[in-house]
Amino acid sequence: MIRPTTSDQFSPISLRPAPLEVRDLTVAYREKPVLWDVDLVIPEGQLCAIVGPNGAGKSTLLKAVLGMVPRASGTVQFFGQPLQAVRRHIGYVPQRSSVDWDFPTNALDVVLMGLYGRLGWFRRPGRAEREEAMRALEQVGLAAFAQRQIAQLSGGQQQRVFLARALAQNSDLYFMDEPFAGVDAVTEEAILQVMHELKGRGKTVVVVHHDLETVRDYFDHLTLLNVQVIASGPLEQTFTAENLKATYGERMSLGR
Amino acid sequence: MELFLAIFTDYTLRNVALGAALLGLVGGVLGSFATLRRQSLLGDVLAHASLPGICLAFLLTGVKAPLVLLLGAGAVGWLASLLMLAILRTTRLPEDSALGVILSSFFGFGIGLLTFIQHSRNSNQAGLDKFIFGQAATIVGEDVATMALLGGVALLLVGLLYKEFKLISFDPAYAASLGLPVRGLGTLLTSLTVVAVMIGLQTVGVVLMAAMLIAPAAAARQWTNRLSSMIWLSAGFGVLSGLLGALISATRENLPTGPLVVLTASLISLFSLLLAPERGLVWDWQRTRANRRRIRLERLLLDAHVLHNHAELTPLSLAQRRRSTPARAKAELEELAAQGWVVQRNDHWELSERGHAEAHRLEQAMRVLPKTLGPLVGGGMGGAS
Amino acid sequence: MSADVIIILTAILVSTASALLGSFLVLRRMALMSDAISHAVLPGIVLAFWVSGGERATAVALLGAAAAGLLTVTLVEWLSRTNRIKNDAAIGLVFPALFSLGVLAVSLYFRNVHLDLDAVLYGEIAYAPFNTLEAFGLNLGPESLWIMGTLALLNLLFVLLFYKELKLSTFDAGLAAALGFAPGALHYALMSLVSLTAVGAFQSVGAILIVAFLIIPPATAYLLTQRLPVMIGLAVLVGAVSSVAGYVLAILLDASIAGMMATVAGLLFALAWLFSPVDGVIPARSRRARQQREFAARLLLAHLAHHDRPVPVREVLEEFGWSPAFLAQAQQWAQREGLIAGDPHGLRLTARGAVLAGERP
Repeated sequence: MIRPTTSDQFSPISLRPAPLEVRDLTVAYREKPVLWDVDLVIPEGQLCAIVGPNGAGKSTLLKAVLGMVPRASGTVQFFGQPLQAVRRHIGYVPQRSSVDWDFPTNALDVVLMGLYGRLGWFRRPGRAEREEAMRALEQVGLAAFAQRQIAQLSGGQQQRVFLARALAQNSDLYFMDEPFAGVDAVTEEAILQVMHELKGRGKTVVVVHHDLETVRDYFDHLTLLNVQVIASGPLEQTFTAENLKATYGERMSLGR
Repeated sequence: MELFLAIFTDYTLRNVALGAALLGLVGGVLGSFATLRRQSLLGDVLAHASLPGICLAFLLTGVKAPLVLLLGAGAVGWLASLLMLAILRTTRLPEDSALGVILSSFFGFGIGLLTFIQHSRNSNQAGLDKFIFGQAATIVGEDVATMALLGGVALLLVGLLYKEFKLISFDPAYAASLGLPVRGLGTLLTSLTVVAVMIGLQTVGVVLMAAMLIAPAAAARQWTNRLSSMIWLSAGFGVLSGLLGALISATRENLPTGPLVVLTASLISLFSLLLAPERGLVWDWQRTRANRRRIRLERLLLDAHVLHNHAELTPLSLAQRRRSTPARAKAELEELAAQGWVVQRNDHWELSERGHAEAHRLEQAMRVLPKTLGPLVGGGMGGAS
Repeated sequence: MSADVIIILTAILVSTASALLGSFLVLRRMALMSDAISHAVLPGIVLAFWVSGGERATAVALLGAAAAGLLTVTLVEWLSRTNRIKNDAAIGLVFPALFSLGVLAVSLYFRNVHLDLDAVLYGEIAYAPFNTLEAFGLNLGPESLWIMGTLALLNLLFVLLFYKELKLSTFDAGLAAALGFAPGALHYALMSLVSLTAVGAFQSVGAILIVAFLIIPPATAYLLTQRLPVMIGLAVLVGAVSSVAGYVLAILLDASIAGMMATVAGLLFALAWLFSPVDGVIPARSRRARQQREFAARLLLAHLAHHDRPVPVREVLEEFGWSPAFLAQAQQWAQREGLIAGDPHGLRLTARGAVLAGERP
């Protein structure tokens, strides 16, 4: 069921509610607020960056939106619906450093995990799932590494395995937490290619990013975050010296 | 062989062997998940903490039925794990200290209760202390049935929830994003570990239980890179340790089963750590040694090559260049000769055809190396270029 | 000296020697290494008894037993450096193996001799008054007092002499190394003393309960303060109180003395966990309730700032999903601070509230 949205920021042309709409989101660990009164609308079919200094709450924003950390207040809707209703249509790519890569499993197996949500409880993946996972691996250029133990992959390849896992979910909305952190040029290119392919298919991609120099080349939409949302909108409107100064403080300047 | 057959004929030995094998099986499976979730020592804590549970169950009910005592052990062990998590969630105390506090205070309390029971009543109490180091010889058919029931339920749950347990062990954040109840599943896995501990109480006892969760899993990890095979192997190693330990302890009097089972499991993991294909440490050392030797020989060949081209290659000249003694240099030349890279002509040495080719190949290779490696290969290169 | 006094004094010396070292073990996250050491000295002690002829172990042989503790540390560190297994699994692999060897040896060769499995578990502190030390034909008093007194003094000297180095290498091993303080050597010195203390205390409290003395009092102190010298002092105090109270309890219940001392230490830890002003659950809970109230009030201010009109209470409740009681608490606090005012039509900001709502949190 699709409910009409009440947000006045919402574009009147589109008939569908926005992929992600966050209102008044506040998150606090212990006493300090990590996110304060965040309002955010992510437009459909675009590549969106969330940028801000360390400790600005970028990763926390993703986790709070996906219900992985408790919210102090606020509402989050995906395509006009609550998280539970659309969970399977949301792909999440966590930071590479968040897992133990010495875990006894191979690349194909990790990608298969992307299909666990669809499989539901108790059922095991079968041949059809395997083929689907292989296709996702092919998309990120790692078909030849399917049986490789994950510790034997390079950092970039590991990141691409995570990407393939999210692809296998065949979602409409993707969240990626620092996918470009510490990867090689080949991987950076591969991730970009996948992102554009997703965009071509009308999917929405939200990326936590910290490299200001590439923001302009990679993304359509930019949200500047430092506990609060400093600015959010189409890249050319938000990527301004003034906004960056407000986000990072005085010492940061455009282009460097 | 005769001894092995005794498993089928000797009632006591059969029960001991079955009990130990069941422990190995369940411990091996759940230990695999525990070690991968970095909770290896949680089993140790649960085991120690279950001692007061045994005593309390006896004090409250007055019976010594294995199921009653094991349920008491399980309940208190489980409570201890919840307390542990609560301490970690609400304080700054490091995890290992929290484990240590729970382990030693519960165990101390258990010892206190045990001695209290021993001193205050004289009949019926004998045998509670067997749970400390285990006393496999006292296992009877009823005990084995209890263990099989508990273990069967635990293994069934692992079989049903294998995919979910795998995911929360590898990537809990992603599991949460898929909507899995990560915390609940984690608690369930820990509870199943408590069941494994309950099965082990009579065989190896609370003190040595940790080994049956860690050693088979650590051994299995060395042989495979897949979780499913690791779990099967770990279960197999566990069963093997149980059976072997039980058999060895039957060979002589006064040989306690528990420590023998644990030692067997430890030896299997030591063997695996050293000699498993690919991950075995011995192969690592061999590779490192072979590499070192190859690099040393190549450096030697390059020095010999320079001398050959610009001066005369003798033990003396090589010793001067390498700041060593002529005797050592002679030995080194003979090593090169063994590779077929130099040949001796009367009192001096020459590079062979193959030696020249190899030296050229090395020089070519080093030129392509990035500049940063320059100083490392220094010395001989200067003369050659 | 009466027997009671000797036993209590021995226990206090054990707990003091342990608490001094334990404080650093807790801070260096090596608590479980001490668990491993205490188990692993058993085969060393068995060997020491065997070498000394089975009746009583000589001091030299006991020094050898402490080497088993160091062997454990070395083995565990080597195993985790190979990257084949994780550190905690390495600990759990090494100590049961060594302990099994010890138990096997005890049950094979020392049945009914001066070393039995009960002693391994909880020591024989009750016999402390009867084992006396004799030298030059003189009776010098209880042996345990001499052994534990020496160890407590040794540990105290170590902590006093190397306080600065220990502190630095505990909090920043890299910096300590750069300043030339050899954190590695200090680490092994600490581990040697832990092994020695475990061997020395073995007779009194057994191999396993020594961990209770090494870890629980410092962990309790850790919850009570954030200053290192205070923590060490409190750890010693908690250890001493556990010793005295544990002894009294053991006599009353006719239970194991060492076991009851560990129990009391555990109870003291539980008290600190619940009530510590620094880290206690109950003070933290009331603090959190207060913070939540203030936090909610700030959220309320931010919300009201979006509106020019007074906002009805019902609307606020819907917006935040709060219970009416919780809103009442937050509202009360904000009104007392003069930040919002009640209005027939709902809630609105005061001038002061408007200023505060505009500020970044």
